[in-house]
Amino acid sequence: MDEVSFEVNDGEIFGLIGPNGAGKTTTMECVEGIRKPDRGSISVLGLDPFRQVYKLQERIGVQLQQAQLQKRIKVWEAVDLWASLYRKKSVDGERLLEQLGLIDKRDAWFMNLSGGQKQRLFIALALINDPEVVFLDELTTGLDPQARRAIWELVRGIRERGKTVFLTTHLMEEAERLCDRVAIIEHGRIIDIDTPQRLVARHCPERTVVLDTEDASAEERFRGIPRVESVMRSDLRFTIRGSGEDLVTEVIHCLSENRIRVTDFRTIVPNLEDVFLKLTGRSIRD
Amino acid sequence: MMMRGLWKLTWIEIKVFMREPLGAFGTIGFPVLVFLVVGRAAGRNIAAATPATSSFLRVGLPVLASLLIAVSSVLSLVTIISIYREGGILKRLRATPLRPQTILSAQVIVKLILTGATLGLMVLAGKRYYPVNVHVPLIGFTIALMISTLSILSIGFLIASIVPTARFAQPIGAAILYPMIAVSGLFTPVNSMPPVLHAVARVLPMTYAVSLMEGIWKGDSWWAHMGDVAALAVVFFVCTALSAKVFRWE
Repeated sequence: MDEVSFEVNDGEIFGLIGPNGAGKTTTMECVEGIRKPDRGSISVLGLDPFRQVYKLQERIGVQLQQAQLQKRIKVWEAVDLWASLYRKKSVDGERLLEQLGLIDKRDAWFMNLSGGQKQRLFIALALINDPEVVFLDELTTGLDPQARRAIWELVRGIRERGKTVFLTTHLMEEAERLCDRVAIIEHGRIIDIDTPQRLVARHCPERTVVLDTEDASAEERFRGIPRVESVMRSDLRFTIRGSGEDLVTEVIHCLSENRIRVTDFRTIVPNLEDVFLKLTGRSIRD
Repeated sequence: MMMRGLWKLTWIEIKVFMREPLGAFGTIGFPVLVFLVVGRAAGRNIAAATPATSSFLRVGLPVLASLLIAVSSVLSLVTIISIYREGGILKRLRATPLRPQTILSAQVIVKLILTGATLGLMVLAGKRYYPVNVHVPLIGFTIALMISTLSILSIGFLIASIVPTARFAQPIGAAILYPMIAVSGLFTPVNSMPPVLHAVARVLPMTYAVSLMEGIWKGDSWWAHMGDVAALAVVFFVCTALSAKVFRWE
């Protein structure tokens, strides 16, 4: 790791995104105080995570990647144990289980929970001390899409309680839907930090319109639109590429001005995945 | 506050352990069973009791059974620590205000409690089914067993620090600990061993554990065995200090 520098604001969901092995977990563990950075400085809630780790751990909640609990610990026992580990008064464990949809499972052994239930239990443990900052490391990895969406709702709920959330993910969709701001990390370096929308606007301004028309004069008209870079035609289908957010408006304007009849119309807007590809030259899934 | 955490963690670890299919039997039942079965088998010949059989029944076997209790506790500790490490449980516990030493102390306390409970069960079962009547200073012997267990547990931590994966924990632990029993002087007096084995026995803690437990069982004074206690204490401190250096949390 080197040159990792960022700030997380109060009350936001901040995401550290990058492929596996990019250094997300290492960074997060340094911030949590369970790993010692070789150099550099970190401040969390005004504390030095490594030297004041116990003070810090009183005030943060942590969910670790791929952590397990004792196979045969019951859900309520885990919550009860965790509640006893903090100096300050913990939140009501039973209510927490209820809010996380685990109340039916309170007497179940950890080993008998589904992947989604385990993650919800880990969220409960991360929230039991009413922390000011919550750390979530690859929270939804290995979950099916439905469980993933349910977890996203819960994370938004954490922010609504006024807490700061710091998460890592290698899922661009997750970052895009959940995070207020993201830092893209690769090979131990942060490449850029901003809101997902601004990252896309900055790095991938290109827009694409795909439409079908039988109008013979269409191709000529499309080429005349300002900032259009290419028009490709195959049979009745046109693919119009250009840059800038105005491209779509310009295309629509051109269609209506020239009374071009279209039978299909859609736009392709780049997302974080494209930003990542552009910045790193490779897909996050590689 | 930390005491509350320690107590809670210890209690949960006991409950979790008792829920293991083989947990209770492996640690508590097995040594007691060995004690009774071997005792009764040897006891059949009690009519033709040679002094050797008699002494084995009176001292050797109870001490062997107690040592087995200690060793199975230690093996179970090694296994649990390596499973917890592999599953990230140790790491997860460390990401709380719990101190590292508290997390490990809870495991040690669990093992000491189970060792004590097994000894109690052995004494109770022995009163009823053991072929010879044995009078022992029970409190003294319990303390001797606890000291021995603690010392061997510290070796367990060292083993737990070096085993690569949980799968190897039990076999590696057994391969290190059981041979120690063989040369502990329980079967052959240390003084009549060949020089090499004698030297080996002298540096192994098991030898001192056996000497201490046999002595206290027979009614020796603690003063006569201060050397054994000191040796066990040295092993404990050396192994604990070493583990503190090399112990891996993940």
